[in-house]
Amino acid sequence: MISLVGVVAFILLAPVIGGLIAGIDRKITAHMQGRVGPPILQPFYDVGKLFEKEKTVANDTQRFYAISYFIFMIFTGALFFAGGDILLVIFALTLAQIFLVLGAYSANSPYSHIGAERELIQIMAYEPMIIIAAVGMYVVTKSFNIGTIASYPQPLVLFLPGIFAGFIYILTIKLRKSPFDISTSHHAHQEIVKGVTTEFSGPTLGLIEVTHWYETVFLLGFVYLFFAFSPLIGIIAVILVYLLELLIDNASARVKWQLVMKSSWVIAALVGGVNLAVLYYLGVG
Amino acid sequence: MLLVRKEPERNWIVKLSALGIGAVTILLLVTLGDKGTLYYSFAAESTGLLMFFIEMVIAVFILYLGIKYKNYLVVGLTLLQSVMMIYFEVVYAHTIDVKYSLFIDQFSIIMALIIGIIGSLICVYALSYMKDFHEHHKELPDRRNIFFCIMFAFLSAMFGLVFSNNLLWVLFFWEITTLCSFLLIGYTKTEEATKNAFTALWMNMLGGVAFVVAILYLATQAGGIMGLGEVLTSGKAIVLIPVVLIGFAGLTKAAQLPFSSWLVGAMVAPTPVSALLHSSTMVKAGVYILVRLAPIFQGTFSGYVLAFIGALTFLLASGIAISQSNAKRVLAYSTIANLGLIVACAGIGTYEAIWAAILLIIFHAISKSLLFLSVGMVEHRIESRDIEDMNGLIVRMPRIAAMMVIGIAGMFLAPFGMLISKWAAIQAFIDAPYGFVFVIILAFGSALTLFFWAKWMGRILVVTPKQENLETRIDSNIWIALISLAGLTAITCFIFPLISSTLIEPFLLQNYGNVVGLSQDNIIIMIMMLFMIVLLPISILMPRRKHRHLTPYMGGMTTNADMSYYGAIGLKRDMKLSNYYINSWFGEVKLQTLGIYLCTGLIGIMFVTATYVGAII
Repeated sequence: MISLVGVVAFILLAPVIGGLIAGIDRKITAHMQGRVGPPILQPFYDVGKLFEKEKTVANDTQRFYAISYFIFMIFTGALFFAGGDILLVIFALTLAQIFLVLGAYSANSPYSHIGAERELIQIMAYEPMIIIAAVGMYVVTKSFNIGTIASYPQPLVLFLPGIFAGFIYILTIKLRKSPFDISTSHHAHQEIVKGVTTEFSGPTLGLIEVTHWYETVFLLGFVYLFFAFSPLIGIIAVILVYLLELLIDNASARVKWQLVMKSSWVIAALVGGVNLAVLYYLGVG
Repeated sequence: MLLVRKEPERNWIVKLSALGIGAVTILLLVTLGDKGTLYYSFAAESTGLLMFFIEMVIAVFILYLGIKYKNYLVVGLTLLQSVMMIYFEVVYAHTIDVKYSLFIDQFSIIMALIIGIIGSLICVYALSYMKDFHEHHKELPDRRNIFFCIMFAFLSAMFGLVFSNNLLWVLFFWEITTLCSFLLIGYTKTEEATKNAFTALWMNMLGGVAFVVAILYLATQAGGIMGLGEVLTSGKAIVLIPVVLIGFAGLTKAAQLPFSSWLVGAMVAPTPVSALLHSSTMVKAGVYILVRLAPIFQGTFSGYVLAFIGALTFLLASGIAISQSNAKRVLAYSTIANLGLIVACAGIGTYEAIWAAILLIIFHAISKSLLFLSVGMVEHRIESRDIEDMNGLIVRMPRIAAMMVIGIAGMFLAPFGMLISKWAAIQAFIDAPYGFVFVIILAFGSALTLFFWAKWMGRILVVTPKQENLETRIDSNIWIALISLAGLTAITCFIFPLISSTLIEPFLLQNYGNVVGLSQDNIIIMIMMLFMIVLLPISILMPRRKHRHLTPYMGGMTTNADMSYYGAIGLKRDMKLSNYYINSWFGEVKLQTLGIYLCTGLIGIMFVTATYVGAII
């Protein structure tokens, strides 16, 4: 069941693809804002520079959390692309995320502390929807195995339109895009400084940046699953979804965490409940 | 034990008994683990009379206390129950013949292991804890001889409960656990303790009355079926009403909404009592009986309503836990929530759901007792049980903090036990008809549990500037209990496939004709994750070049290494961080009131539908 090719390909290629996506992201964002923007390879330069910086920490445990975050995020993505169990992938993702939060807590700094609390609120906001998405895929394909889900002959999105829309909604949270970038943001207008990552610096911060690339690739892989019946349409859909997220990012201002939490839950309960109920009555489930 | 007032003697008796109980339960596993269900007959008539006699003595005792403390609800319930029992004993008792009063199967063995091992460890811990407790609370009378006596009586009653086939015997042990918990909660005899003990008593007696009604119904309407095994094989229609009544008793004992307040109130008792109530006894008796009766609930409307009560309790109690800053209350609400999940599984009643339920019972017992015992120790050292006061515990009490982190991780993170169980529950729910409703509730409830556990874990792991180590002078008994439980938390995750294949799967095969398990691939992946989790912290200890330490960013404030800063008028202020509790959304009063109304309504529906089905057919 487990494909080693998927594992190796993810570990080697994901940072390259993720970094490129980040570069293209910045370029398009710049154009949307009427700027020229940095070169596409800028994220790689940035991370390279971070790794050359002096190693400074707020305490000795921080590096451990950052490394664990990195390793478990790779684990999550590798398990996903190897065609493992989708629920296990989600649990591994949560574990990785918790390590980042603990790292932020451990720093004993007000900014990183508030970032950690908000990161937890984000996790609480998006997690039900991800589980419902996995369950929706199971109801249609009768399997939690990603390999089986991906080889389902019909477009999953047709069975799960509500769940797909709900997933796109929380994808904005997961990609740390406005209006839901409440715990840390790529934009420079944050009143909580850099949130969860405030107290990470130098190589440790570089590691977190690379982890984020891995995460992006994994999340887009999840989007692909909804369209996996045809690889071409799948890739086009993934690109369109990412462009949509960029547009949302640049067209909206950040909202309060209360709204993030409430809206994600209401949407998850509504679309998840209605979509699963319809599937059930149609006899698909 | 009652007579021994000297400490060294008591230490020895308790330790030897604990060791004996642990050893016997393991022996039980080794000798009978693969034998399937065995029935034993026993001199039922004389024992029955003896039990009846003891029950009456207990009733008189409770009546006396009820009158003394002017709690007329308890008096009324006791009278009602006694009258019914006497009526039963006089009119029906001689007509009923249960061939086998005792039995043993894999599920009983699992329960016995939980009671025997965890219960005994808690008793060992209690030796040192109670000594400390009385040094801290000089104003309270030292009644430790009674305390330990009741603790062991409690464990014995639990053993009796899980090995009894005769429902009259189950009822007898059921009432003993109610009495023991009442006495233990009221141990300190303060006003609050007495009040909460009576709350626990009347709620559980309500369940007891329902149990007696069930027995009367079985005796009069169902032809005197009185063995647990016979009830399960006698067809749903005949026994649905009594099973729902016993299920109601299970709900009260498992502290489901609307009866959750007794378990939260029970927190006034000394910590070992809370640990015992929450992990291996009392509430586990409630879910034990529900899981036993699950085949009857399966596929019935009443079963779904029961599952819905459990699921709602899971969701609401998890929400309430977010708003609590008192560590013991957080633990209490988390227990109620997890029991809700077990009840939901039992109500669904499919073989997959029961697999999940038994896993939940095992893992919850271990992690929860570890957490309670650690919190108890922390409370004695920092003189507070508030989570905010546990800030930076990893610096002040590194070893205890590590135990707590293991316990918390065991409660919500992959690849630890509770998460495996939740995973199993998702699988079970989605395969059951209308199960998607429960999956959605579970998804939201899990997100809530994640929030309150993670913020607690974060608070413990804050690395504060150097502070005094408070961990010295902790007794070896405490370390024995804590280290064993922490070890068990990790080891059960490694060997759970073994537990599943040797104990749970044969039980399912026998009762449902179907088995379930995780696929080989997933088990390997989980074990890989477990290894990574175990190995990564060790990497911290590796010698390497020291990194330069900087103080955290404070927005340009002039800070010192101890994170204090100079405020507006030149005063030195300490920085203080605290967690979100989101009281406006998850306030205790709000959610609990909601839960009480909803779940009381649901219990009503459960009875009505059961009566409808039972009366029509």
